[in-house]
Order: sequence, then structure tokens, then C-alpha cells
Amino acid sequence: MSSAPALVASGISKAFRAVQALDDVSIELQHGRVTALLGDNGAGKSTLVKCISGLYQPDAGHIFVQGTEHRISSSRHARELGIETVHQTLSVIDPLDVAENLFLNREHTRGGWLGARIGLLDKRRMRQECASTLARLDIRIPSLRRSVGSLSGGQRQAVAIGRAVAWGQQIVLLDEPAAALGVEQTQRVLDLIINLRDQGVAVLLITHNMDRVLAVCDQAVVLYQGRKCAEVNVPDVTKDDLVSYITGARGTG
Amino acid sequence: MTRKSISEQASAGLPSPVEAWIDRYRHNGGLRQYVVYLAFALILATFSIILHDDGFLSSSNLLNIGRQAAPIAVMAVGMAFALAAGEIDLSVGSVVALSSLVAAEIVGNHGFLAGALAALGASALVGIVNGLITVKVRIPSFLVTLGMLGIISGIARNWNDLQSLPIRNDRFSGIFGAGGLGPVSSLLIWIIVVGTIGHIALHHLRWGRHVLSTGADRDAANAAGINTARVKISALVVSATAAGFAGILLAGRLSIGRHDLGEDYLLTVIAAVVIGGTNLFGGRASILGAVTGALIMAMLNNGLILMGLEVADQLIARGVIIILAVALSMREAKES
Repeated sequence: MSSAPALVASGISKAFRAVQALDDVSIELQHGRVTALLGDNGAGKSTLVKCISGLYQPDAGHIFVQGTEHRISSSRHARELGIETVHQTLSVIDPLDVAENLFLNREHTRGGWLGARIGLLDKRRMRQECASTLARLDIRIPSLRRSVGSLSGGQRQAVAIGRAVAWGQQIVLLDEPAAALGVEQTQRVLDLIINLRDQGVAVLLITHNMDRVLAVCDQAVVLYQGRKCAEVNVPDVTKDDLVSYITGARGTG
Repeated sequence: MTRKSISEQASAGLPSPVEAWIDRYRHNGGLRQYVVYLAFALILATFSIILHDDGFLSSSNLLNIGRQAAPIAVMAVGMAFALAAGEIDLSVGSVVALSSLVAAEIVGNHGFLAGALAALGASALVGIVNGLITVKVRIPSFLVTLGMLGIISGIARNWNDLQSLPIRNDRFSGIFGAGGLGPVSSLLIWIIVVGTIGHIALHHLRWGRHVLSTGADRDAANAAGINTARVKISALVVSATAAGFAGILLAGRLSIGRHDLGEDYLLTVIAAVVIGGTNLFGGRASILGAVTGALIMAMLNNGLILMGLEVADQLIARGVIIILAVALSMREAKES
């Protein structure tokens, strides 16, 4: 990788009362690479993602986006910096349709200055752009006007991921994006991740599934009880290696 | 909701407008979205037959129903937004009275416009207080607005020692209730105006989408960067302001401000909104449904009176209808 890392988080620590959820964790995300964030339940994966996506403020540490240090104050701020997060559950709004979800809180308006002031939606433009974004990502949805609540789990997750990258976001954090999906739908999501990677997006993937790590990830960072216990190139390791890092049986330091 | 993969694939391949509409119809709730309009037609037909000799269908009686429905419809539009945002406003009835008193107080010396604006301003202020306490102190809105109901009712009673304040301003009365355009009562025009504004706000403004998002899944809305606290406050302000406007319409029609105007409207309004397809627990709203629900409630009221039911029986009938409507609403909430 010749370019600067998309994101560097260094020395991140975060405590909740007496529990040290993260202790001096560093991670680096590169453009066009998929990084797995692994660890047992409670190892600190989600806490780290929330620190990067602006939902939590770390107690210590620095975050650099495209080489510049930022103190990420909110999810809105993170998004402005080009970081998008697809949370396990906090993803789509069921009663809104596909296009409305894709443009949630980033709506296009019409009617000039006044239209922008009162927020008069340009639904036609949003549907058109939604269609082209989904086409670019090879996401197939029956109808953009259908409420997302009526879609299948895989389609909903695809909409959530589509939203994450709809505006050329360069850093995408995915928290168990295929947790509740069937085999075929999971494969679609994995294809989507590869698609993002090929378009130069830096992807962080949280998962418990080692097959997915081996299938799509380039590197893996393993957390154990709030500390980074391993950082490896995925092609260099086996499934058993990863499992032994996660369970704390082994570490690279 | 059951999914039919065959129809899904079929409609995916045929994106014609009709096909798209059928797809949406099927997947956005089917016939159930239109239950309120069917109910409206059914009740209208029933009363037309059994109350034919009592003049139910006479134009004067239909106009009467429309006039009675107006304040309910306006409040229902406002309440739909409060419910859509995942809150509820129990103080609306007292705001009606407050608004009528403020209007009566101001109109005499400062004209009809100042009177109306002052009444709306006072109502909006109540909504702001409701919203701020709900969001900042984190007290459920049903408790905040229940307390506010008592406070505002007390203020209204003290205002003029339970006496009504007369409004002697022909323009105020003419515009807000007693007059009209030719044979069309101004109250009917206001129903259409408020309903249209509400519908556009819900479906075509960013704010309306954010209200629905906040009520459907507040965490997801927050994660999308929506200021859900502000959205909730604004929804309660809209609800209170709509109630204030209903107070103006009552004050205009009766040419008085009085402490007990709107006192017994709360349940009727909630019933109208919920029958109209708005989810009592947030995330789904229909403005056209709420207005139709208000017309149904007014029609029932009118029909039950023509049938000779006592006030007590009317109360019972209304209570039964509300429970049925809420039961339906909860069933849908579980399914969606």
C-alpha cells in the first residue's frame, strides 16, 4: 500500500466505571483492504467501533483520518469525515421506503432556497440516485418505493450497507453485517464487501465467523479482554490460529 | 407479513406503474391501510338507511357533522405527529380552552389577527414546555402532558372565574368558524387546509420523515445523525399548536372564550387518529386517515344523537369504539 492509511486509531482506551473495555488498542485501516476485528464477546470490538464512529469518546488515544488527527464528537461528525458505520441492529427505519432510508438525514430538496429551508423533498431525484447507487453496488431490491420493513433480512442489510457507501464514504465499519442472514443472503453481503474493497474503500468487519474472515479479509486484528492480542495477515494464518488468538491461548503481542 | 417470492420476482421484472402500485399495496399493509375509509363508507351508508326519516342525509345535517368534526380533525392532525414521533399529548383539550380565552382577551383590543396569533403562540409555548420536560428531564410524555392538562385547565378556570369571555369581532368569527365561502362553511375549508398541510409535512418534508424515523426506531434515527430530541419537541409543539387552532375555531364559531371548551375532546381525538391508521406507539401515521377518523367520530356522535341515545350511552359507545381501534392498532404494531 503506497497511500496513507485511511484511518489510524492509536492507543485507544475506554473504561466504563470499573471495567476497562479498551486498553491501549491501536488499529490501522488501509484503502482497498478489508480488516477483520475479532474477539470473544466482551473483548471490546463494539466499543472500539463506537469510539471510531463517534458514539463514544475514548478516554485516551488519537484517531487520524486520511492522515489528519480528529476528535470525533458525534456520528454526524464521523460521517462528515467519511466514516460510515453499519451497526448490528441500528440500521434501517422500517416504515420508510428504500430511497428514503438511503437518504435518511441527507435528503435532497427542491424548490430552491425556500425548499431547502423547509426541507421540501426531491423524491424523484432521490429515487434515481438510489437506483444508480444500488446498481453500482449490484444490490437488487424489488421496488425502491417499498417500505424497508417488508424486505427480507438480506435486502435490509444491503440497504444499510448501500447507505453507508452511497456518498463515496471511504471508511466503512460493519458490525456483524451477516449475523441474522441465510446462506445465500450472507454470500450477497460478502460479495458486496469485496465490491467495496475493489472500489478502494477501507472496510472494518466485525464477525464471529472465521470462514468469512478467511474469505474476504486481508488482515485481522484480534482483541482479548480489551487489549490487542494479535495482528496478522490473513493469508499467513489458519482458522485454528485465529481461534487460538480469540480464546487467548496465543498472542503475537 | 407473509412474503410471496413468486410475486416478488414477478413485480421485480415488471416495473410498470400499475405493477409498482400493486407491489406497494401488497407489501405496505394490503387492504388494512384502507380500513378507515371503508368504515367511513359503511357507517355513512348505515346511518343513511336507518336514519333516513330523521334527516341524516339532509345537507344541513351533513354540514353540521362537518362543523362538529372540524376542531377534532385539526387536533387529530396534530396528535398524529405526536404519536408518529413516539409521544402522546394528553394536554390538548386544555390547550383548546386556553387558546379560546387568549383569543377572546386579545381580539377585542388588538384585532382578529393579533388574537389568533396570540392564541397560537400561547399554545405553542405549552407544546415547547411539554417537549422540553419530556426530552430533557426524560419523563414519559403521557405523564408530562397529563400534568400539563391539570395546570392549563386550572389556569383556564381561574382566567375569568369560570365565566365565558365574549368575542365581538365579526372578522374573527367569520374567518374562524361562523362564516364561509358561499354555502361552504369556513370550518370545512380549514379542515382541508390543515389536512393538506399535515399531509405534505408528513410525506414531502424532511421533518415528517424524521418524525416517523424517530418514532419507529429512535436509536437508528440517532445513529443516522437525526436530532431526535428536537424532533420530539417539535412534534409536541405541532400537536399543541393544532389544539390551539382548534380552540380558535371553536371560539370563532361560538364567539366566546371559555374554560371548558375542548374539555371532553381528548378521547375522541385519540380515537380518530388511531382509527385512521396511526400507530399509537410511533412510526406510522396517516393524516388523511386522521381527518377521516375525525369525520367518523363526528358522524357517530351525530347519528347516535339522532337515534335518541342519551349522553351516557354515547359515552359508552365511544369508549367501546376506542378500545376496538386501539386493539387493532396494537395487533398491527406486533405484526410489523
